[in-house]
Amino acid sequence: MLLLDRHGPKEDVWERAEYLCQAETNFVLAPFGAIAESPLVDSELRLGALLEPDRALDEVASFFDRLDLIVIHFPSAADGRGFSVARQLRQAGFKGVLRAFGPLISDQFPQALACGFDEVEIIGASAARQPVEHWMEALKRISFLYQRDYGATDSIPEQRLARAAHV
Amino acid sequence: MYLYDEFDERLVRERVAQFASQVERRLSGALTEDEFRPLRLKNGLYLQLHSYMLRVAIPYGALNARQLRQLGFIADVHDRGYGHFTTRTNLQFHWARLKDVPTVLGLLADAGMHCIQTSGNCIRNVTADPFAGVAFDEIEDPRPVAELIRQWSSLHPEFEWLARKFKIAVSGAAQDRTVMKSHDLGVRIVRDAASGEIGYRILVGGGLGRSPMEAQILRDFLPRQDLLAYLEAALRVYNLAGRRDNKWKARIKFLVHDIGVEAFRAQVEDEFARIDKAKTNARPAEEARIAAFFAAPPYENLPGVSRKLERSIARDEELARFVEHNLTRHKRKGYAALTISLKPVGGIPGDISSDQMRVVADLAEQYSFDEARVTYAQNLVLPHVRLGDVPHIFARLKEQGLASANVGLITDIVSCPGLDYCGLATARSIPIAQALAQTFADPARQKDIGELSIKISGCINACGHHHVGAIGILGLEKKGAESYQFTLGGDPGDSYALGELLGPGLPAEKVPEAVERLVAVYLARRQPDETFIETTRRLGLAPFKTAFKEIADAVA
Repeated sequence: MLLLDRHGPKEDVWERAEYLCQAETNFVLAPFGAIAESPLVDSELRLGALLEPDRALDEVASFFDRLDLIVIHFPSAADGRGFSVARQLRQAGFKGVLRAFGPLISDQFPQALACGFDEVEIIGASAARQPVEHWMEALKRISFLYQRDYGATDSIPEQRLARAAHV
Repeated sequence: MYLYDEFDERLVRERVAQFASQVERRLSGALTEDEFRPLRLKNGLYLQLHSYMLRVAIPYGALNARQLRQLGFIADVHDRGYGHFTTRTNLQFHWARLKDVPTVLGLLADAGMHCIQTSGNCIRNVTADPFAGVAFDEIEDPRPVAELIRQWSSLHPEFEWLARKFKIAVSGAAQDRTVMKSHDLGVRIVRDAASGEIGYRILVGGGLGRSPMEAQILRDFLPRQDLLAYLEAALRVYNLAGRRDNKWKARIKFLVHDIGVEAFRAQVEDEFARIDKAKTNARPAEEARIAAFFAAPPYENLPGVSRKLERSIARDEELARFVEHNLTRHKRKGYAALTISLKPVGGIPGDISSDQMRVVADLAEQYSFDEARVTYAQNLVLPHVRLGDVPHIFARLKEQGLASANVGLITDIVSCPGLDYCGLATARSIPIAQALAQTFADPARQKDIGELSIKISGCINACGHHHVGAIGILGLEKKGAESYQFTLGGDPGDSYALGELLGPGLPAEKVPEAVERLVAVYLARRQPDETFIETTRRLGLAPFKTAFKEIADAVA
């Protein structure tokens, strides 16, 4: 398993559980459905929700206050729904930590960050084949984006505008 | 024409280095073949039957002399001396060597070109009217919008892993010349009748392939400043809801068809309402910066008729035919848009040699303000030539075998590469096109038949656009032999129609005879000034089916 944010690898403090009542620590990561249906949603527990990419946004939005972490599952690297889910969650005002979870490839790390993710969690063979350096190098490959509202303040249109103002 | 600034260039160069790293990681085993394949495809590199194929993007079909010469150089040094223009106005090198690809991508970057997103499940090369900026029926030049979309769609962090490929076309004229209704999304520049304001009509859900569908109106009038936010909304809905369980049902046309255009529209409008438009849309200053590249060139004031051209035509029957079929009316008096047919009888539709690229480059530079265009019908256009220069241009083209006077005629055949090259093909296309061109080679006969489009695909994926050919031919494999299905009545333009099946498939050697029979029905039944497609519309399928059946029965 490999957990990374834009600064590098990090420890996972979240305990995984199928149901909230199984929790042994105060940081529980459980499937969103289990959280939505559990009376423990009102407890002192810190909650992380595991979300499949087909979950409706409005369902999740009503739990934003209770969630410190949302983990979006990528069933495969080629399935890019999670990028749009992350955008929608951010657009709807989710301020907690967003994690992409699945067999991603390192070239998708900058894309994930641009769409609003804070971190990526890679498991199994994908993590074994792609060491930390690959993920960190991937962040440096493309300097600037054409898209204005994807995380960076130095998008190409912004830089062009700044330059034109200086002339 | 748009020229890269340092940001465009940097992005393309960084992308080349990124691809080199992806190749390296594949070779080291860090990436599996399944992980590497989509990365390779998003850089235009296919594995075909005999070798790799590299597909170069020609955004909205625009090329300058330097780019054409660079393509010629690449063809000579890194391929086999030629390239192939496709129905998506891209250029394919069919004999690419894997080890050369990073070098070739670097050479393309030197001339402001790339292979980004010419394949893969992402937003593909955006196409536009080949007569953009030139056409007399234009509301507004579509190229600035097409360039804006090119930039916005390039390396989009959210939309590089869609359910399937996504094709966008832009048109700014009264008449559609982009096959817009066969696109996943179409952007049509329109003028609002009430306010006089210019904006966009957005179409969605068109496509060819094994389940052809006609695009429907998604938004009748979108204010121009909202374009990027609206595109983001539409792509997001598709990215989330497009089917991922079945490759053959994954295009947006299936989503729109399954839930209905009203439901799809409601989802897009809902998403559009949530997007922060001020942060997303292009600023007017950026739109103006791009538009400035497409300002009208310094035309001369010329009379509407060129005496020189008239005199030359009177002396030269071939030139007269060329002028009749290959010139298109220009919005500026004394100028014409000149189409260079890449359909010589006996040739391969869309193929161009490196020598021919260099001649077209010279002509573009000398006579057309350094501009050439690629059309979806696999021809080239010199968009602004003075009428008086046409005889000289014609002579130069003739020396290179580029002076076929057949634009829009029965030998101007659209064809995919088919089983001679393509790994997906089920039958050959090129030899069928060649045999048909031979059959109808006589210029007088072509002129008599008039406007008639034959389009040939070598498999159900329909790269040869057979569904929208007046005569569409689809090559399939039946019991180990090639079999060609005929459709009739397809139309790519504003009278958009998908062709209807005429009968059972025919063996390759019967294809020319079958087309001759169909043409004979037309010639016998046409009314004065009626084109082939108009006659098929008036008469319906029946008389053509009857003629076709005679051949099909003889084969059976």
